[in-house]
Amino acid sequence: MKKRTIALLSAAIMTFSMAACGGNTGATTTTTSSSSSSSSSSSSAASSSSSSSSASTDTGAGSADTGAAAASGELIRVGIINNDPNESGYRTANVKDLQDMFKPENGYDAQFAYSLKNDEQIQAAQGFITDEVDYLLLSAADTAGWDGVLKDAQAAGIKVILFDRTIDADPSLYEASIVSDMAKEGETAVNWLAGQGLDEYNVIHIQGVMGSAAQQGRSGALDAKAAAEANWNIVEQQTAEWNAEKAQQIVQSVIDSKTPFNVIYAENDDMAKGAVAALDAAGISHGVGKDVIVMGFDCNKWALEELLAQNWNYDGQCNPFQASYIDQIIKTLESGATIDEKTIIMDEKGFDAETITQQDVDDYGI
Amino acid sequence: MKFDIKKLLSNQLVIPFAAIIILCLVNLGYDIVKDASFFSIEVVTNNSGNSVFSGPLITILDYGSELAILAIGMTLVTAASGGQDISVGATIAIAGSAMLRVLCGGNTRPEVLATPIIVGFLVACIVGMLCGAFNGMLVAIFRIQPMIATLILFTAGRSIAAWINNNELPIVPDPKFAYFGSFIPGVPIPTTVFIAAACIITAALLLKFTNLGLYTQAVGINESSSRLNGINPTAIKFISFIILGLCVAVAALIKVSRLSTINYSVIAKDIEMDAILAVALGGNALSGGKFNLWASILGAYIIQFLTTTLYRFKVDSAALPAYKAIVVILLVVFSSPVVRQKMQQFSSSRAAAKKEVA
Repeated sequence: MKKRTIALLSAAIMTFSMAACGGNTGATTTTTSSSSSSSSSSSSAASSSSSSSSASTDTGAGSADTGAAAASGELIRVGIINNDPNESGYRTANVKDLQDMFKPENGYDAQFAYSLKNDEQIQAAQGFITDEVDYLLLSAADTAGWDGVLKDAQAAGIKVILFDRTIDADPSLYEASIVSDMAKEGETAVNWLAGQGLDEYNVIHIQGVMGSAAQQGRSGALDAKAAAEANWNIVEQQTAEWNAEKAQQIVQSVIDSKTPFNVIYAENDDMAKGAVAALDAAGISHGVGKDVIVMGFDCNKWALEELLAQNWNYDGQCNPFQASYIDQIIKTLESGATIDEKTIIMDEKGFDAETITQQDVDDYGI
Repeated sequence: MKFDIKKLLSNQLVIPFAAIIILCLVNLGYDIVKDASFFSIEVVTNNSGNSVFSGPLITILDYGSELAILAIGMTLVTAASGGQDISVGATIAIAGSAMLRVLCGGNTRPEVLATPIIVGFLVACIVGMLCGAFNGMLVAIFRIQPMIATLILFTAGRSIAAWINNNELPIVPDPKFAYFGSFIPGVPIPTTVFIAAACIITAALLLKFTNLGLYTQAVGINESSSRLNGINPTAIKFISFIILGLCVAVAALIKVSRLSTINYSVIAKDIEMDAILAVALGGNALSGGKFNLWASILGAYIIQFLTTTLYRFKVDSAALPAYKAIVVILLVVFSSPVVRQKMQQFSSSRAAAKKEVA
């Protein structure tokens, strides 16, 4: 009996430690989705939506030869390999954006394959190569393992464009890579905060899953600023792992300790929401012209609505809309020109509660 | 007057009370060094304009509620089946998702509630009990090891929860819904405390006025002899899982209410491990049999006490599971037969030495 007890407990401990290092992506953890170190995040995301993680090749738009063809009359055939749309709000918006762009009306004949598993994505890529598509668009689940299949693509004369995530492969194997610059997102936010002209910045810094690209970029800017300025103090720096409940408890503990603070810098919208719940319970006012400045990231629609209601102060964008960039690159390549700069960083905005409009919420909310 | 250390050590409540005393001392020491006040409770006005109590002790009672409720069900499951349910976090996501689906009527951002809150809660109860029944069926009828049986929902549960709401994250518009996870206007004590108290009292009455407690222990200690005595072990195990399902539904209500929304992938993450730890901290054998419900509930609040204390010491939140693992290791070592035997030898030799002196 006792032996069994110990066995069970050691199993429990193992699960603990697994939980501790397992990265987390999920329904609204939009930021990890663009992390390049996605080995851990993809595994946990796979388990959270395993029902739909098989690589399904959707050829719905495949019969488009008869469709309303573009002016050239000849449709450009693209194979799009993406992560599962159920992965996060970010991914859902990303997939929808691509589907809206790559359709016969815009001159494309597109096939889609979705998977959170690298090997299934590679299989899908081989399928597309056999199908002789013109372009292969890729948001890889994992950074490694793509050299072989990309060389096959090159040999077959298929041009590869990476979006959202980079891979560990020779740049000669792809035409362009369209990514978010997380460090710039952080800088934009920190510059905005510096522009608020507070006498003293006492910041509660709630971080995402440690080591993810989004966390590193968004933390880096704030850490640098706090180290450089004498009146910037980080009163609490904790990871809530994109989790609203954890963020709520962390802020609650700061409130209980009676440490004064006037800024909440949460690295995604969910955690900002959790932090605000703790502020509300303790009767601390927040928002435009109030005691505490609340900052979030990702531009979820509900978060932008909080900005519009002036309950929050700032929300930084993590842009999921890469389709127009890809479209431009393909048009450039089709016209015979070459792409000079392989890595293309997308424009990303930061919204201020004082200037945001309903139009912004509708346009940029995901 | 003889101080019987042997009897004291054999009492089940010695571990939880020792843990509370240690945690209190640690916090008291911190207070003295840092001139802080862990034990003070003050009245503040929250952003809804109510006067409410605030302070670390209130935080522990508030955030420990879900765990205490889950500990009730987990204790019964552990006692009856000799195993644990590791799917409670995922089933909280399912029950919470079903509740939101009903309340919001399939609309992500409704203006008003589609159904009264009570209907949503009842649906969550039914869904929670169905999940419990599924686990119970696998364990009681098909005799699958509980941890393996519940691994199914542990793995698939959060996908099911996402599917129920079509992958959307509905937000409940009614401020009344948030009362369950915060405060009712005019009442300074968190609502979660009342919900937990109601669950604990219900469980206590159930154990006092029915034979459930006795039968559960009988099944856990020796299944075949309890069958020979006319108890149906299959039914008892099944019932224990259904009760846990009900506890899950109540915990889901609190969890969802705290933020008026749900995030399938992270809601109640790792809570199953805390619930199992609560049972172990209460000194209950994880291999089933005899149990003490009060000790488990105490264990649940101790875990929250530990969490709150660690946050207070600014311990990295990613390191919290490591500290809990240390607690588990200590518990396992102290309850191991080898250490127990050594301790008994030690106390009896001391008693013998005393006798000689006398």
